[in-house]
Amino acid sequence: MSEDDLQQATLELALRLGDDALVLGQRLSEWVSNAPYLEEDIACANVALDFIGRARMYYGYAAELAADGRCEDDFAYLRSEREFHNYLILELPRGDFAFTQVRQLLVDLYNSGFLAQLCRSRDATLAAIAAKAMKETRYHLRRSREWVVRLGDGTEESKRRTQQALEELWGYTHELFEPDTLEQQLAQAGIGVDTRMLKAHWQQELEALAREAGLHLPQNDWAVRGGRTGYHTENLGHLLMELQSIHRAYPGCQW
Amino acid sequence: MSSDYSDRLRRREASPLAALWELLDRVRDPELPVLSIWDLGVLQDVTCGNGSVVVTITPTYSGCPAMEQIRADIERVLRAAGIEALEIRTRLAPAWSSTWLSPQGCARLRQYGVAPPSDGVAAEHGLTPDAGVVCPRCGSAHTLRISAFGSTACKALYRCTHCCEPFDYFKPI
Repeated sequence: MSEDDLQQATLELALRLGDDALVLGQRLSEWVSNAPYLEEDIACANVALDFIGRARMYYGYAAELAADGRCEDDFAYLRSEREFHNYLILELPRGDFAFTQVRQLLVDLYNSGFLAQLCRSRDATLAAIAAKAMKETRYHLRRSREWVVRLGDGTEESKRRTQQALEELWGYTHELFEPDTLEQQLAQAGIGVDTRMLKAHWQQELEALAREAGLHLPQNDWAVRGGRTGYHTENLGHLLMELQSIHRAYPGCQW
Repeated sequence: MSSDYSDRLRRREASPLAALWELLDRVRDPELPVLSIWDLGVLQDVTCGNGSVVVTITPTYSGCPAMEQIRADIERVLRAAGIEALEIRTRLAPAWSSTWLSPQGCARLRQYGVAPPSDGVAAEHGLTPDAGVVCPRCGSAHTLRISAFGSTACKALYRCTHCCEPFDYFKPI
């Protein structure tokens, strides 16, 4: 790839990572004032804020690379559903508390592997964002891990719901480890991460955790894909409608 | 004293712009007003080039809303001192660490009722421990973590089983 192509691809990657962070941050923030008790409410808000901050860093870098006058707000508020390239698992409705924590565990575990690699990127900005995000992800992962063990190893009802969440989410995890051409090229260029390499460790960690929690990992008998190409579930449109409503009602408004 | 803090201190002491560093000591963390941005480890460098003052800061947590306020306050304080040409640069690497807190800042936090990071023994990977953070009110180490996430991104919630008071712990990261 030429340097120009690489820069264009890096911009695309920064946007994808920004979309991942923004969509999950928005979903988590829906727990504010709805979580099971006050400390959990605050914890969800804290984690949501980390993801929204992460989105700002990625979008800010994308704006720098685009150098066409667009800023982070243009990416977050003025793109439509098909222009978002987040993984589908992140846009699914928050569900019950078990669903939220199981999704968080699957994603935190993925992020901890992904960010550890991105820290070594030869793109200094992506490496810096990853180093920062990595520290926060350690806290996220400890919490989601504790919750899933506690719920899985809890009452009959909490176990049933946690196992059910795992079944409902499992088919959405496959695309996390299926990089497209752009992501593979960036990985070869030392900028991105080849996510295929992350799967074995991710699966191994999950198996150990499932044993501890008394859960079992589902069969790989279905998969839904499309996030990275802009083909979404119906849920993203609803999420964006809320996320973008103020900016669309008051164009150009700033905090 | 952490090496990260000493590096920052050396930069400050070697700087010919002592008055500006002191001026910026007036900029406080909006949530923890006992800490200046110097104490917090956010203020990295103050330089002067082409007639413009350049202030370099490193954000604490990715989404911390206090950073916007801090940027605005830096600008306000410098403008009030008659400095027109200024630039605030954000430096992401190396990532901010709670080991950058100044020793004075840690002491002030404790007086304010918030346990500084050094008052606990970090768990695996440097995370907040389950127990044993020294209570800033009564000095007992018989304390338990209630939540790793507190009222702001930088704090965790603890409870003292000796004096029975809850308190915040400025978490290691």
